[in-house]
Amino acid sequence: MVDPAAKFFIRDFHVHYGPSSALRDLNLDIRPNEIFTVIGPANSGKTTFLHSLNRLIDLVPASRCRGEIRLDGIDIRQGLEIEALRRKVGIVFALPLPLPISIFENVVYGLRMQGIRDPRRLNEAVERSLSESYLWEEVKDRLRTPAMNLSGGQQQRLCMARILAGQPDVLLFDEPTSGLDPISTARIEETLLILKKKYTIVLVTNNVSQAARVGDRTAFFLMGDMIEVSDTGKMFTTPADKRTSDYITGKFG
Amino acid sequence: MNARLAQKIAFGVLLLATLLVVLPVLVILMIIVAKGASAISWDFLFSMPRDGMAAGGILPAILGTLYLVIGAIIFAVPLGVMAAIYLVEYSSDNRLSRLVKLSIVNLAGVPSVVYGLFGLGIFVTFFGFGASILSGSLTLGIMILPVIITSSREALESVPRHFRTVSLSLGASRWQTIRHSVLPHALPGILTGMILGLGRAAGETAPILFTVAAFYLPRLPQSVFDQTMALPYHLYVISTQVPGIAENVRYGTALVLLSLVLLLNLAAILIRSRFRRKKKW
Amino acid sequence: MRVRKLKEWLIEKSILLSGIFSIVFVLLIFLFLLREGLSLFRGESVIDFLIGKSWYPISDPPRFGILPLILGSLLVTLGAAAISVPIGIAAALYIAEIAPLRLREALKAGIELLAAIPSVVIGFIGMITLGPWIKNFFNIPTGLTALTGSVTLAFMAMPTIVSIAEDAITAVPRQYREAAIAMGATKWQTTWRIVARAARPGMLAAVMLGIGRVIGETMAVMMVTGNAAIIPSSFLQPVRTLTATIAAEMGESVQGGPHYAALFAIGIVLFVITFLINGVADLYLHRSRR
Repeated sequence: MVDPAAKFFIRDFHVHYGPSSALRDLNLDIRPNEIFTVIGPANSGKTTFLHSLNRLIDLVPASRCRGEIRLDGIDIRQGLEIEALRRKVGIVFALPLPLPISIFENVVYGLRMQGIRDPRRLNEAVERSLSESYLWEEVKDRLRTPAMNLSGGQQQRLCMARILAGQPDVLLFDEPTSGLDPISTARIEETLLILKKKYTIVLVTNNVSQAARVGDRTAFFLMGDMIEVSDTGKMFTTPADKRTSDYITGKFG
Repeated sequence: MNARLAQKIAFGVLLLATLLVVLPVLVILMIIVAKGASAISWDFLFSMPRDGMAAGGILPAILGTLYLVIGAIIFAVPLGVMAAIYLVEYSSDNRLSRLVKLSIVNLAGVPSVVYGLFGLGIFVTFFGFGASILSGSLTLGIMILPVIITSSREALESVPRHFRTVSLSLGASRWQTIRHSVLPHALPGILTGMILGLGRAAGETAPILFTVAAFYLPRLPQSVFDQTMALPYHLYVISTQVPGIAENVRYGTALVLLSLVLLLNLAAILIRSRFRRKKKW
Repeated sequence: MRVRKLKEWLIEKSILLSGIFSIVFVLLIFLFLLREGLSLFRGESVIDFLIGKSWYPISDPPRFGILPLILGSLLVTLGAAAISVPIGIAAALYIAEIAPLRLREALKAGIELLAAIPSVVIGFIGMITLGPWIKNFFNIPTGLTALTGSVTLAFMAMPTIVSIAEDAITAVPRQYREAAIAMGATKWQTTWRIVARAARPGMLAAVMLGIGRVIGETMAVMMVTGNAAIIPSSFLQPVRTLTATIAAEMGESVQGGPHYAALFAIGIVLFVITFLINGVADLYLHRSRR
């Protein structure tokens, strides 16, 4: 039964890379305007899961997917053009990856690809999205300078602005603060808490405490299976599965 | 003899070998400059030949070479760059792409005189273009195709993978990604390949022997269907078949051809090294 | 939006076609060689063509045996290989392993420039300087001999051998060298016993490609080997190669006639030989990259 209130509706979803399976039998709803965090050790399928939500997984030549993923009730494979999906579901990667162009051009890249050329719309989008990612004040005087000259934390916020410019519905974050210092990390976490009012956020993180800090609900993945999912508070105090509590308390990882 | 001494001797031998490979370039250059510089003059470079090559200049040979290489580039660059884009951006490691790569390797290895035969068979005879700039350019174009494809491939492959991933994740289509996030950064490498192709086409004689070259034409070519003189063929003829040409004229012709080719290659090398140092990523 | 999708579809189809064009061209070349060359074998057997000892295309009746030409090519190629392979590999080792960085860049540029010199220019120089020198040194009637050809062509093969071998040597993983040095080997011992051995497939490919280049050479060969289409008995005699024959005689052949067809048939032979050499070399290059 498709829950009309669910942002993402995932049923019986499997991913294989060639002969080996990376994600098995996933059944999950993601609710609107929540921060849904995903934790788990390496190779648990977290990134595979994230990349399936915007079909970035298609870029892996040997990948095969089975099952159903719906965004707002629409099947993301049959019912939606792939470019439209990726505009609705933006992603920020683990390492800041600015394109070697100016700050301005980075932010408007997605818009230009849609065919939007009107300078007024572009300027408006730049100011809006850089403000939403709390970068506007720092760069508003040097929008035409190379994005590569920014610091790591600034570049990551630029990457956020880049996807916000297209007014997406969902923001995916793949360990976004793993390469950043604690102060930049804290600023990004604050920003996430503000962003969730407008967007639905899926956050994959290696840092269990980060999930505890910002996650509304948390899922624990292990070796391709989702072991459990529940409200973050509940998962961290009374996890249902022993493996979850072992991971959270650091017995393995 | 101990290891240290053996090493000294070995390194000496290797250095000697390297010098043997590299010094001849300088020696050849010096000889040609020394003996040919005296023939170089405004008249030599910019006027038509007179008296059956006994006087006047080699302008038509220079122009002919220019027409031929430009024609070759017009044919080879779009085709070659697109083939490179196919190999790097669109093909997966399947039988077709392996066949394409093998074909490129083979095209690169075909002897230049066999290209001449091919040009004769298909352009001059089968299509009926006759011995003409058209036939010559097309033949040269196919010959330099592997050079263009190989250098374009390297240029495209040197663009970091994540540019493509980021562009696609922002909702760009595959072609948009190539056009906006890959090609612009590969352009210097592609340009380098183009210049190398130009240099190669300018110096080749065998492919144009049967497809376009003539020795003594009183007028400049008027259309692509005309024959033309060309520098490499000209040098060949005046050094082997025409007696009585002044020695410095022969060396002078060699000097003009060599300068053209070496300047092109030098330009390519410089562009490539500047590009490598200036990379923004 | 529709228009853009259509444009993109067209562009992507053209790209796919361009890729396939290379296969098409190889086939076309082979086809057209056959088209003009096979007609020779209506009046002449393939065996007589390949191992016939007499190449008299303009006598009456003409004889089209290419053995002297094959031997001419072989002699010049082997001579060139004997000179260029050891020197080329040695130079590649020096440039890749021993030369300091700035010098290495300069040397590589110098070798690229050597590779770029047109063959007609090299032939010109060989003819005017090397020829007379060999004539005087060995006291023989003409300086345009197989030896002259070998030395001249060696200079054309060396850049190919050096640059491909150098790539192969550089590609040997750093760990090999570090492990050897850690065990007390000198740099030379490391280079010769470990690195060179590891780079062997690539160096072999380099040699094959260099030889392939020599076999396919036309103009330089034509200008320095004397063009005598007889079976050579020593290096100090004029010879004629397969490539030079085509270039020299096409002008005097009648289109569509047997001489014309014979020259195309020689083209088929050359195509097959270089096809095989390049194919095998490519195999070795792939093995070395793995």
